Amino acid sequence: MEAVKEKSDLKTQEYFVNMGPQHPSTHGVLRLVLGLDGEIITKVEPHIGYIHRSIEKMCEHDNYRQIVHLTDRMDYLSSHMNNEAVCLAVENALEIEVSDRVKVIRTIFSELTRLASHQLWWGVMGMDLGALTAFLYGFRDREMINDIFEETCGARLTMNYNVPGGVMFDLHPNFQQRVKDFVIHFKSKLPEYDLLLSDNVIFRERTVGVGTLSKEDVISYGITGPTARGSGVSCDIRKLHPYSAYDRVEFKEILMEDGDSFSRYKARILEMWESLHIIEQLIDNIPEGDIQAPTKALIKLPKGEFFQSVETARGELGVYIVSEGGKSPYRMKFRSPGFSNLFVLEHMAKGSKIADLVAMMSTIDLVVPDIDR
Amino acid sequence: MDSEALKKQIAGWEPTTEFVEEGSQYLNAIVSPPQLKALALKLREDEATHFNFMFSLTCVDYPEHMMMVYHLRSLNHKHEMVLKVKIDDRENPVVDTLCDIWRTAEYLEREVYDLFGVKFNNHPDLRRILLDDDWKGYPLRKDYVDPINIVSY
Repeated sequence: MEAVKEKSDLKTQEYFVNMGPQHPSTHGVLRLVLGLDGEIITKVEPHIGYIHRSIEKMCEHDNYRQIVHLTDRMDYLSSHMNNEAVCLAVENALEIEVSDRVKVIRTIFSELTRLASHQLWWGVMGMDLGALTAFLYGFRDREMINDIFEETCGARLTMNYNVPGGVMFDLHPNFQQRVKDFVIHFKSKLPEYDLLLSDNVIFRERTVGVGTLSKEDVISYGITGPTARGSGVSCDIRKLHPYSAYDRVEFKEILMEDGDSFSRYKARILEMWESLHIIEQLIDNIPEGDIQAPTKALIKLPKGEFFQSVETARGELGVYIVSEGGKSPYRMKFRSPGFSNLFVLEHMAKGSKIADLVAMMSTIDLVVPDIDR
Repeated sequence: MDSEALKKQIAGWEPTTEFVEEGSQYLNAIVSPPQLKALALKLREDEATHFNFMFSLTCVDYPEHMMMVYHLRSLNHKHEMVLKVKIDDRENPVVDTLCDIWRTAEYLEREVYDLFGVKFNNHPDLRRILLDDDWKGYPLRKDYVDPINIVSY
């Protein structure tokens, strides 16, 4: 850049471009104000809040059963885990012990949700970088998971399947067989993902060495999930504070070394294998038991403060409840993974080309309602 | 480090710290606004505590005061604690920014400024983040009245 300037005596001037709010690769209503010098990024300023629904304020008026369904609408691709976070917080506060059956069902559902989310991310990432086929492949496999969800709980995306004390319905009789069929199917399809994108030379050119994040930056910016693990920072809540049935299954926490876009991509691909591994361990041993522990119709939490973290497909979701003893929380805060992950973008993108920004955003895996809440 | 050791360490640095353990799964250390910055820096830098990861920053509005709540974790030692700052002046709450200690605080503090009206000294870019720039009032405060957007029942 500097060399070109000297040679031609041309003066460049910084200018600003709006990316979004309706740009397809922002995956929702996110506006980035980009400062550009030629095609080099000098500034990235995210403007958020276009779909801010003030969920935290709404929680202050709702009771704990109603709050569960609001969380579906934050990170809609991890809806089951969001529900689980609130339910676990309420159960811990009331010291309710849920049955082993519920724990295993929740874990299987969480991992299926994670797979569905990663499949969508993979398809959309391919599309962002110009490979439309990936989108069709990703959605083909995701459809099978959504069908399994639909059979058991009637909904495909915002499931609202968890209730404080357990799950809403018992498993459909076909559930085990269909999950096993899916695992066999997807194990044969996942190598295709590698063939189609991971080993593609154009794809590698666009991701390897792009948007590198150091370990120190990841920790300081509070980044979690596969985005952090792509830089080798161990932060998996499933390992750190095991909840539901994660203490009885064996799986690896995927840690990559390089911290570039390709590492983050690879971390998610390998995480899908781990999710399949977790499901395989549990699907044949779903214990018998109640699907709901007895709870009062109107739940009142004792006075105090409760924090519960779960690992969603994007990172650590924290639920912070301040209770004054009533039927609604006095204050409720959601620590959403997307919010912290988004704001590293400026640090990540400064000095790189505008076309690389799309690859960086894809590997952060943003869901905008999760950021805006 | 367990709660007792943490308590001892923090009391050594800041003797006036108030500790609360009841009703929370973490050790809660409550300080006043002028003490925050120095204590936060020590918690981050000291080898024994090394709270390098801030996983939540928020505020709670009580009738008489405001409480800033920082959830801290050490990724090396795997321990966690809550640092709180009690702000008595509800009308004009001011506290030091922590964004030079944990970068994530910059945007979380903007959110708290937006929704609670807490001002942060030395913050590089203190603007509203979720709401419109011309929004009146701070919605997550308990005394916020908005007859159009919030239906009370």
